[in-house]
Amino acid sequence: MVTVTILLLVVACVLPFIVSNYRTFQLTLVLVYAIALLGLNILTGYNGQISLGHGAFYALGAYCAAILMDRFGVPYWATIPVAAAVCLVAGFLFGLPALRLEGLYLALATFALGVAMPQLLKYHLLEKWTGGVQGIVIVKPAAPFGLSLNPDQWLYFFTLAITLLMFILAWNLLRGRIGRALIAIRDQHIAAEAMGIHNALYKSLAFGVSAMYTGIAGALGAVAVQFVAPDSFNIFLSIVFLVGIVVGGLASISGALYGAFFIQFIPNIADEISKAAPWAIFGAFMIGFVYLMPTGVAGAVRLLTARRRAP
Amino acid sequence: MDALLHQILAGLATGGIYASLALALVMIYQATHLVNFAQGEMAMFTTYIAWSLINAGVPYWPAFFLTIGLAFVLGVVIERVVIRPVERAPVLAVVVVFIALLLILNSITGWIYSYTIKTFPSPFPSQPIFGRYLSPHEFGAILVTLVVLALLYAFFRFTPLGLAMRAAAQNPESSRLVGIRVGWMLALGWGLAAAVGAIAGMMVAPIVYLDPNMMGGVLLYAFAAALVGGIDNPMGAVIGGFLVGVLENVLGAFVIGNELKLSVALVIIIGVLLVKPSGFFGRVQVTRV
Repeated sequence: MVTVTILLLVVACVLPFIVSNYRTFQLTLVLVYAIALLGLNILTGYNGQISLGHGAFYALGAYCAAILMDRFGVPYWATIPVAAAVCLVAGFLFGLPALRLEGLYLALATFALGVAMPQLLKYHLLEKWTGGVQGIVIVKPAAPFGLSLNPDQWLYFFTLAITLLMFILAWNLLRGRIGRALIAIRDQHIAAEAMGIHNALYKSLAFGVSAMYTGIAGALGAVAVQFVAPDSFNIFLSIVFLVGIVVGGLASISGALYGAFFIQFIPNIADEISKAAPWAIFGAFMIGFVYLMPTGVAGAVRLLTARRRAP
Repeated sequence: MDALLHQILAGLATGGIYASLALALVMIYQATHLVNFAQGEMAMFTTYIAWSLINAGVPYWPAFFLTIGLAFVLGVVIERVVIRPVERAPVLAVVVVFIALLLILNSITGWIYSYTIKTFPSPFPSQPIFGRYLSPHEFGAILVTLVVLALLYAFFRFTPLGLAMRAAAQNPESSRLVGIRVGWMLALGWGLAAAVGAIAGMMVAPIVYLDPNMMGGVLLYAFAAALVGGIDNPMGAVIGGFLVGVLENVLGAFVIGNELKLSVALVIIIGVLLVKPSGFFGRVQVTRV
């Protein structure tokens, strides 16, 4: 396990020096999606609260970063913690009413949030900050300390560092007391309550932390893409996140990475067939995974390694 | 005052369309306790079928009824093939399947018909008959909604098949014992819901134009309508539909502006779920721990 992780890290560090700048940019986006998927997985996979509107929190994080950089001249690295804090609070607040909603109804409410988000971002009273339909263009940061990296490579390593940090944090969070409480609430909320787990607090905290992860991803994504606009954060973004966690594997940390690769590269490949093809493929994969492999790619990998160890 | 009256009437017209789609949602909810996220896309897809038929030279009304028939078949097939295997699966799996269905229908339509916006004809005359308050199409849409509601009511109230469907939804085990084929009743329910959705699609298409994403907003209002009326009450869904339509138009015109219309639906949905989850006419859910 440790050797695999170290090997992966070495590969991740070498890759940007061998592939083109565009590929490096795509890999940066994979890392960004991995953080977002990890966030959604904390909520949906581990805690069992279905969110169809996480694109809204991604948008919130992205706009936080873009507005701070564009209107207030804040450096890009300083926008990440602000986006994290804003999304944590927003997620916690949205999680409070969501406490009363279970399963299908929560999916409905978050679906509505996801659909309404682009309109809220276009709202004319906010146009002073958000730039309305046009959105905001931001400048790509150059490598600091005289490092001989081009901006794409630097951004990749910056994102990689944050991704690592977020994964380690999630690892610690989910393997300990809190993670067990979240899973207990998902599986048997009444029994969990009876064992002294504060359901309401944990559920809204899970919502907050999940939104925070997605918000950080949004901020990093905005810096990487150098552009935010309301229509890039429509309901399909939220759906893509759902596709990612279903394919990668629900309630699995490594699943976020598999899912991120899937949602980043499958559309690229499928685009050559038709503009509509990526979505059809996403849909087919979702149904296929639910029927045949409910634990996703991560579950399949787990199964394979377990088989190899026990002859 | 004049402007307000105009907005209310226009709201009733769009409300009728929301009511139809909400009705479709409620029918599936009643039978299976699931909220069909793909209902809007199913309606959109069938409206495209109607468009093809009309473009191929079929007159409007035959095309209209033919589309309803095809939508019914589509609904039955979807239930049999896609929904059946996850009938007893956890909620998350079901939601994922619905979302997958939404994606597939949306992209197939885009694939076949391209994403360019198309116009869709209205069966009603274009010259105004009620002065400037209500266009004939708006009036026609309201009328069609009410006819559909009456037909559905009659079907469920007075026919043996309707009775069997109600029984299957309410108590599957006992229904099976008296010889009702519950699985097929569910499939029929899906077929009927798809047919009602197709009517909603054909009524809304002349207003919002035909495009693969046309139903996104409408579906949201239909959700809001179904929740306001109580998600297990068809009559409530229709009243909710009209209510949401009027609210959307009046608020959009006078209070918050057209830009935030969708947010009205968001606020209604969250508000109802928080304050009165059973809606105005729904049964209060009691669960045994």
